[in-house]
Formats: sequence, structure tokens, C-alpha cells
Amino acid sequence: MRRTISVLVENRFGAFDRIATMFSGKGFNIRSISIGETEIADISRMTIVTEGDDQIIDQVVKQLNRLIDTIKVVDLADTYHVERELALISIGLHKGSMEQIKNICDIFRGNIVDITNKSMMIEVTGPPDKIDAAVNVLAPFGIKEMARSGIVALKRGEQLKIQKKENFTT
Amino acid sequence: MKKSDNLMSGAQIFFECLKREKVEHIFGYPGGAVLKLYEHLYDVDFLEHVLVRHEQGAVHAAEGYAKASGKVGVVLVTSGPGATNTVTGIADAYMDSVPIVVFTGQVPSHLIGNDAFQEADIVGITRPITKHNFLVRDVKDLALTIRKAFYIASTGRPGPVLVDLPKNVIASKCEFIYPEDVELRGYKPNYKGHINQIKKVAEVIASAKRPLLYVGGGVIMSGGSRELAILARENKLPVAMTLQGLGAFPGTDDLSLGMLGMHGTYWANRAVDNCDVLVSLGARFDDRVTGNVETFARNAFKIHVDIDPTCIDKNVVVDLPVVGDVKHIIAEIASEMPNQPDTTEWLAQINEWREECPLVYEDNDGRLRTEFVIEKLFEKTKGEAVIVTDVGQHQMWTAQHYKYNHPRSNLTSGGLGTMGFSVPASIGASFAVKDRPIISISGDGGFQMNIQELITAAANKVPVKFIIINNSFLGMVRQWQELFHAEKFSFTDLSSSNPDFVKVGEAFGIPSYSTDNPKEVDSILEKAFSINDRPVLLEFKVVKADMVFPMVPSGGSISDMMVKRLNPRRMT
Repeated sequence: MRRTISVLVENRFGAFDRIATMFSGKGFNIRSISIGETEIADISRMTIVTEGDDQIIDQVVKQLNRLIDTIKVVDLADTYHVERELALISIGLHKGSMEQIKNICDIFRGNIVDITNKSMMIEVTGPPDKIDAAVNVLAPFGIKEMARSGIVALKRGEQLKIQKKENFTT
Repeated sequence: MKKSDNLMSGAQIFFECLKREKVEHIFGYPGGAVLKLYEHLYDVDFLEHVLVRHEQGAVHAAEGYAKASGKVGVVLVTSGPGATNTVTGIADAYMDSVPIVVFTGQVPSHLIGNDAFQEADIVGITRPITKHNFLVRDVKDLALTIRKAFYIASTGRPGPVLVDLPKNVIASKCEFIYPEDVELRGYKPNYKGHINQIKKVAEVIASAKRPLLYVGGGVIMSGGSRELAILARENKLPVAMTLQGLGAFPGTDDLSLGMLGMHGTYWANRAVDNCDVLVSLGARFDDRVTGNVETFARNAFKIHVDIDPTCIDKNVVVDLPVVGDVKHIIAEIASEMPNQPDTTEWLAQINEWREECPLVYEDNDGRLRTEFVIEKLFEKTKGEAVIVTDVGQHQMWTAQHYKYNHPRSNLTSGGLGTMGFSVPASIGASFAVKDRPIISISGDGGFQMNIQELITAAANKVPVKFIIINNSFLGMVRQWQELFHAEKFSFTDLSSSNPDFVKVGEAFGIPSYSTDNPKEVDSILEKAFSINDRPVLLEFKVVKADMVFPMVPSGGSISDMMVKRLNPRRMT
């Protein structure tokens, strides 16, 4: 089962490697990982998409917490949250394909960010399944290159009553 | 006073910090990147530096020191090969949760990454085998980093911490400010167990018919042996110990079942298999204890007390976890007990198992056996010695036959199973313990893995008794070959290639004795125990093909347990 885990880490030399090393050393999967600044200067947020049953995810969360550089670990599966991903997709142009691609781009509310006679680049943002859908639709036109950012996620401001327990430890 | 008067070099700050951490011994080996530290060390009088002969020896010595004393063991080595030589020791300390701080030299900051002479990315290399590690990039961070290193190593679940010190950081100067408090927002060990959980534990134990305490090294580390003895004795609870847990509860007590697991006693393993409540205290459900996790204590309600949350539900899913300091939690369980469980029948059952299949060995063919040596050693020391074993058959036989009276008396490499641990670790322990005999026991294989440290022992006149159990084989590997690998004794026979151990000992200036005669064991031990101002070496040439039993094969269940019987009685 796919799970998104949000981790606040010290913005410090080696912190990322420590987490990556823990995942590989314990044999946990990483489907995507993204890291960036937060509102606090010396804290970074890592959003890790991993997979496994409840026992494995429980271990992932505990092992993350055990690292000295991690400040807070939240398993977002237990919360209402927003997930977003950004993709840059470069597509080869053929006779008449430009208009079709542009239409698809509009449907996905993407932006054309680069264009030449031979190719155009589209930027699509949204939940990961929307990106998957865009990629599927664009694939027949011939995707030359693609870069996906990995998922970033944040808990919503209001958590409804039906939520499950929060897996929250520091 | 002008500000410049306050400036101290990194090297001065280093030793000032060690002083404030009350470090009395460091185990080390000098080299290019740490020359500045050794320059200052020359005039330092508050600590004793023990010069080892290989950096791996330094780490094991620090582990032995830490395990025997409960204090943090400290290592100082140079960059590159000095640092990489510590890796096995660090991994060993990580697996067995031993509090040590390893200081490694590093090439100057501006050369890091340039493949400079004696450069190794030791912080990168040791990341998965340290509790935490640091590269000090600025002398201003040095004092705080050392403070953090000792704090992290010694608190929570203890473990090794490495601090990498670039040459220029040690040489540069800054104002010395000693941080009194350490604040790590990502590290807040939880000592206090949840009281409701603890009350539940007490209730479950009180209503148990066949309760069993499964005790690990955590009880010793937390200093909870007294509390354990009270809990066990007041409630008549039998105690089975892991390899690292031996010594947590007196081995001579009627409630002690000795060791459980792969080479545990028959009765301890039968007790695990039949108990209705299993209380794990500071243990981690290691595969050498559980065998097949599906059948391990299959009928038991499982309680798990540990300071490390990652240990809970890692190998075995438990019914009732309590996270916190084992010592305090044991005391609280004892005080929350609503009544004592009636364990009379259960203890009688365990005693039946005890008689059904005792630990036996042949003793009437005139040939020397390890079990006999260990029994003699126990008689001689009455369970008061600090025993430092290596890895293999002798380790298991010692665990079975030596009955430890005290915690911190059984020092051994459990998790990593590092051959070559005993010789240096016993030397380290001898700097921590002065009032009890220190006995190192190794096989002929492991003894040769850190044999160079004999000179460290001799030069420092440490009164360690080095015992070699020589069966001319890598005995445990041989045992597996015989049982599981078609008796192909592939590269385990050392009989034609072992050195003359007595000559080896003498070459190091150590009085050395050897025997293969059971009748001479007493007199040779007598000789060894009369020498207390320097090391002594004893070689016991034992029979070659003996195997350690009982044995639960790797991943097996208690029903797969192989036992040794001298009388042709059948297991029912």
C-alpha cells in the first residue's frame, strides 16, 4: 500500500543521506522523495512516498523518528492532506499534433513552457494521479523526456472528526 | 582579560571537554591527522591513554570498558586507514548498544573530497552503524559537538557516536565556551513508561498461570538488576536470559533458567514454548532467540518493555508494549502488582524439564572438554569474575555453564558476532574493573583475529587471564558443516596450521601454559590465579569434534530442538 510520510529534518549536512541510508539499509522502498525549505530557516521538509503493510509503515515511522536529525514524522495516511506533484514533459511535434497537445494541456490546466519546431514542453501540476493521467494521454504523441518532482504534501488546516488516529511522535 | 587570552586551540578544547565528561581512559593509536591532539595528550594528566596495536582493538577495548563500567568508552584514531579500521568495532557496538565515542582524525577541511593522503569518508561509511555521527567543520562547534556526542552515546538506547575531526579544526583557535546543557530537538529519549500500560502489565502477570520473564541486555544497561531480582523473587517468576542478559539475574538463583534461544537450555526453551505470559524486558526478539517467529511463545500473551520504540513489533508483534527505561518500569510493575501469581505448579513443571534434559557432557573418557574447563572456572571464581568471551562454541558453552552473580560480568559480542572481540575487550574491561578477575575466553580461531593486542596487555601489565579453548577447528562453523552442510569441513580445520600458542604468549612476554589433560585443569588455573600483576595465557586443548547442544536450528521451532543425552532416554 502506498503511503505518504512527511518528515521535518534538520537542514544539515548529511541529514538527507542518513534518511536515504536508513531506507536502503532496512530494505524499505522509496517511490518518491522530495526535499525543500520550510518556513523555518534551519528545518527542511521531506515528503517520502513509500509502500508496505501497516507493520512496515509503523517501522518506517519509528526508524525515521529514531534518527537524531529528524524532528517530526507524520504518516499522512491518517490525516486529511493535500498532495501535489509537478511534471515537466517534453513531447516531439509532428504534423498537426501541436493543436491536439495544446488541447490536452488545457484540459489538464498545464502550461506550455517551451516550444521549438520539433518539440514542446508542458508543465503539469496536481495530485499524482492527475499527472499519471496526463502522461498516459500524452504518451502516444511521443514523450521525449520527462521530469517529475516527486510528491510534496501538507496536512489540511481542519481535520474532520472521522479521521483515524494521528501517527504523531517526536 | 583581553579576549585573545581566552583563545584555545581545538586540541586544547578537545581535552578540556574530555575532562568535563570525566573521561579517565582513552584507547587510541596516533597518526598524521591527529598529531596535534597527541602533542597535547603528552602533557595531559587527568586521563590515561592506552596504546593499542590495531584500531579495531581500540574500539573493542572501549566496548569492554563501557560494558564493564557503564561509562562511555572513548577511542582516538587517525584518518583514513585508522578510521576504517574502527568500522567493525563500531558496528559491533551498534548491534549491542554499547556507549562509545570514537574520535577520528580527518584531512584538513579544504582537502576533503580531493582523495588526499589518508582520506576516507568515515562519516559516510559509518552512518548506518552509528547512533549518530558528526563532522566538525568549525572549531567553534567543537565543544558543543563533543558534548552532544557523549550525551547521545550514553542516553536512551546507548550506542556508538563518531566525531570526525579535520586537522585544521584541531589546530585553529577560538574562545572556549562549554555548553552546560544539550538541547537536541530531534532526540528526546522517553524514560517514563505509560502508567496505564504498566498497571495492565502488572495485572496480566498477576493473573498468569505460567509467566516467564525474558530478560535482555537492556536490564543490565539500565542498571535494573536489583529491581528485576525484587520483581522475580517476590512473585516467584522464572527468568530466562538472552546472551547479553546473562548476569542481569544471578545464575545460581533457583528462578534462573539460564539462557534461552538457539543454544539455550532445554528447560528455558520449553518454558518459552509453554508460557502463557511472556514478559520481555530490555530484549529485542533477536532471531537467535526466537527461531521461527510464528511459533515463538505461540500461546503466550506477549509484553514488551524497551526504551527503543523501533524494537516494538519489529520482529514479533506483541500484545502489550511499554516504551521507557526498563529499570524504572520493572520497579513500577513490582509496586503495581495487585497480587502474586501462583506459579508453584509452573515452577515444578520447569524443574521436571530441568531434570529431563540437563546440560551434560562426557567426562569419563579422560579427554578435555570445554564444558569441564568452564565449570572449573566457575568453581574457582564462584561466579564473581568478569568473563569476556569471543564468538563461537566456547561462547555458547560459557553462556550455558558459567553462572554469573553480577551484572556487567558477561561481556561478549552478541549481535554482530565479532570474532576477535574478546582479547581487546578484556583489556579494556581491566581498566574499568580492578577488584575482580578478568577472564578472556577465545577459541583458537578468534584468538588469532586480534592477537596483536596481547602486547597491549603485556605492556600495560593488565592482569587478564587469556584462555584459549583450542579445538583446532573453527568449531561453530564446523558444527554447522557437520549438521547442515553434508559434513564438508571446508576450511575449518586449523590443526595443521595453528601456531604454538604457548610460544606466542611467551614471545609477547606473557607466562603461558597449556594442557589437554582434565586432571591438570585445577593446577593450571591455580597457577594462573596466582599471577595478578600481569597477563597470563592458558591454552586448553579440547576434543575436536564436540558440538554445542541443545540447538534450535536457525529459523526453527522449539519442537526442532536437538539435545544431547548421555543416557539412552527418549525425548517424549
